[in-house]
Amino acid sequence: MVTPILPVSLSDVVVKRRGKTLLGPLDLTVPSGGCTIVMGPNGSGKTTFLRTLHGLERLNQGAITWSVPVEAARSRQTFVFQTPIMMRRSVRDNLAFPLLVSGASRAEALRSAQDWADRIGLENALERYAPRLSGGEKQKLALARALISTPDVVFLDEPCANLDGQSTREIEMILKEAQASGTRILMSTHDVGQAKRLADDVLFFMHGEIIESGNAAAFFAAPKTPQASALLRGDIVE
Amino acid sequence: MGEIWEGLVAGFWLVITFDADLAGITLRSLQVTLTAVFIASVIGLPFGAFLAIKRFRYRRAAIAVLNALMGLPPVVVGLIVYLLLSRSGPFGVLGLLFTPTAMIIAQVIIIAPLIASIAHQAMRDIWAEYHDLLISLSTSKWQRIKTLLWDGRRALITASLAGFGRGIGEVGAIMIVGGNIDNATRVLTTAIALETGKGDFALALGLGFVLIGLAIAVNLAIHIIGKTESEGKW
Repeated sequence: MVTPILPVSLSDVVVKRRGKTLLGPLDLTVPSGGCTIVMGPNGSGKTTFLRTLHGLERLNQGAITWSVPVEAARSRQTFVFQTPIMMRRSVRDNLAFPLLVSGASRAEALRSAQDWADRIGLENALERYAPRLSGGEKQKLALARALISTPDVVFLDEPCANLDGQSTREIEMILKEAQASGTRILMSTHDVGQAKRLADDVLFFMHGEIIESGNAAAFFAAPKTPQASALLRGDIVE
Repeated sequence: MGEIWEGLVAGFWLVITFDADLAGITLRSLQVTLTAVFIASVIGLPFGAFLAIKRFRYRRAAIAVLNALMGLPPVVVGLIVYLLLSRSGPFGVLGLLFTPTAMIIAQVIIIAPLIASIAHQAMRDIWAEYHDLLISLSTSKWQRIKTLLWDGRRALITASLAGFGRGIGEVGAIMIVGGNIDNATRVLTTAIALETGKGDFALALGLGFVLIGLAIAVNLAIHIIGKTESEGKW
């Protein structure tokens, strides 16, 4: 039985760059299971929060404590970036990469790559050069590459920004399947509709701090802060 | 214009008659330059990648020095290698002066900074692109270097080809350390210099056209072998 990596606790976490506080101070526990949607206006700290939790940003203060040692926790989580990073390889090799670096055999990695290509509708594009794919295809590939190793947690930074409705629907479907099979999802989005469709709970950021959090249904029905109310109404929040 | 035409005819004639001297000189040119490019690539490519990935105290200074070394005057390199290899020099005992090995040494010194610098530039770009992904996937340092070298291989081939281009056309250094000895250290560029000195412009031009053809052929061969233009399959 593998020890779960969640919950993760953030204790007095602060991230600063060039003297400016980008995040925190944050005290928070992220429990296992479900989908947390991170909302807030541009520059509110959503991306920094996800990157910090994933270990891509250095802490200036505080600590992040996973339920297992940090190296083990990092190896069981993945990140989907807002601008998908396409390796200069074929679709097949992009998909197989996470499995190969984690020690899987080439045959096993290629078999999984084929399965995932079928799932995301890229089965006829396996030999295509990944950087040449369309925006929607790239994001689906990035998502599949993040999920192929069945991580415990996947972080997504506005994965559907600039995508059309069809691509967004496909990505949400894949996310729901991943969630159903036990993957914890933490995702930032500006799309209120998408947040309502996916969220179990919500974290609302302003100026690097969480000003509102809790159950998604309650948040969308009756937000407690004026900023969250304004965002949900579609007003400009600064 | 007439001399250029005569040069073209002379070059064509040298090739179709499979002139033995030309074949020897051409093979020696290839042997010296390809060996130098191979050695300089073995040194320069990993060094370029190392500079792109590794952060250390004098990194910026190292990059500045490397870039400055790209402009090394070949004649000065030739002179220094000459002094090192001459009988009274520290390596005189090896008896390498006026041999193809001395020419290779000089070319390696000239080419390696160029290859390392281009490789560094290419690896720096790809590292900036891949950094977050490779960190996110918990890759080891060795896996990162391997990934960058593999995914940047086209740029690395270009770096080596740039080195080949500089080496095959080099004359100053190899003239000094090789001596342009017939059937021993004469290569295409030194032969061209000799024929020009003798006033046989047609033959010099003919050799020049052979040199250009050779450089193009090697570049094309490497592109074809490396499949650099079939990116869909990469």
